[in-house]
Amino acid sequence: MLGWHTKETLMAKTSTLVLVGTRKGLFLLRADKSRGKWWVEESIPHFYGQQVNHAVMNRATGTLIVAAKPGHIGAQVYRSTDGGKSFAEAKVPPAFPKQDNPGYGWAVNHVFWISRGHATLPKTWFAGTSPHGLFRSDDDGVTWASVDGFNLDPLRLTLLGDEKENVPDGAVLHSINVDPFDAKHIMLGMSGGGVFETFDEGKSWKPLNRGVQADFLPDPEAEYGHDPHCLRMHPTVRDMVYHQNHCGIYKLDRKANRWSRIGDNMPKDIGDIGFPMTLHPKDPNKLWVFPMDGTTVWPRVSLQGKPAAYGSLDGGKTWKRLDRGLPKAHGWFTVKRQAMGADQADPLGLYFGTTGGEMWASFDEGAKWNCLMQHLPMVLSVEAFTL
Amino acid sequence: MKVTLPTPLIEYTSGNRHVEAGGRTLSELLDDLDRQYPGIRFRMVDEQGQVRPHMRFFVNRELQRTIDVPLKAGDAVLVVAALSGG
Repeated sequence: MLGWHTKETLMAKTSTLVLVGTRKGLFLLRADKSRGKWWVEESIPHFYGQQVNHAVMNRATGTLIVAAKPGHIGAQVYRSTDGGKSFAEAKVPPAFPKQDNPGYGWAVNHVFWISRGHATLPKTWFAGTSPHGLFRSDDDGVTWASVDGFNLDPLRLTLLGDEKENVPDGAVLHSINVDPFDAKHIMLGMSGGGVFETFDEGKSWKPLNRGVQADFLPDPEAEYGHDPHCLRMHPTVRDMVYHQNHCGIYKLDRKANRWSRIGDNMPKDIGDIGFPMTLHPKDPNKLWVFPMDGTTVWPRVSLQGKPAAYGSLDGGKTWKRLDRGLPKAHGWFTVKRQAMGADQADPLGLYFGTTGGEMWASFDEGAKWNCLMQHLPMVLSVEAFTL
Repeated sequence: MKVTLPTPLIEYTSGNRHVEAGGRTLSELLDDLDRQYPGIRFRMVDEQGQVRPHMRFFVNRELQRTIDVPLKAGDAVLVVAALSGG
């Protein structure tokens, strides 16, 4: 049975830190070594009232980077170097280059995604924005610079299309994955636009969408224009890449440079539509997704109001329903693309936050779920760290 | 000149809604504000030099459509930020 500490004494003994970004602020959840006792450290959240799209920690340095949007005054990026006790605004936030050419004059609406750089570059971070933009910091988040090889690529403008055709919350660049085996190799996702990768640290980019269905494009073999929702490169196994797409769940055959739809192995009455995807940090064959209703008008809630994660132990060949502890009926929520994650402990801790403001955790790889918190604002992101 | 700021920006001014700044134009006044309160200009004007959506400037109660508008001593500048959305 999980419980809550009422005093700050846990802060000194924290072994797990979960960063929960919500529609109205950032919550820092801390657990003791057993992960049976939890403590949330603020009576009001950090960045109270701001939309926190993503918060990430570099476990090697302890630096926290937070992407927030406080209403109509532009995107904000904050950093903390004291474990979340205090935050400072980036001195130079992500901003597109000033351009006089028609069509190039973009302004960052919000920072949507944060990723740390390669392990050999501990002060390097990447940020993905809406509209599609890629930015880099090499001073631990103090100043951010445009990755011009991406932001000024004419293909990027082609993908953006007309504002009227953009996804409801704006076109987002997300899922920035720096290859742990090659610092110059980066993969990312664009909604919509597709999966792209660079082998020269961002100078040039090419699409990587062969095999991915896009039922909204006329060409079944379109090179780009797809809608990846969440892309995950395995942290310890080279060339092991999965992604949850608008049109299914996929695994990449790196030699063929072609995706195969492992979501076809999901139960037919559940389907393989959803937003998040989480990989086991060590075992490349273990992964979890959280399906939602992607039929008719895309209700984007749990199928039949019965929420469940699905897990695979064999790289997506077979899937198991994981709903013990979750509502058996009338659970009409979903899980956003960066709102599901894992810590790095053994046994593994899995976490997800819902659009209904709940935080859930499992410490047996999804066999049973425990509700950590209720009545939060809509949860937008969840990142868990074993300290 | 007296400048009145909206509540989303007072984090930059130690909580003060009313501050003093100078300049021959509204743009220069924003530059002066930024010198005093680093980062505040970018919250009103984006990287392309455009006034952010839902942000309005009034000089002596008159709405200004551009930040190139000239200012003179004694002008009162009011900055309004919409608090729309849920």
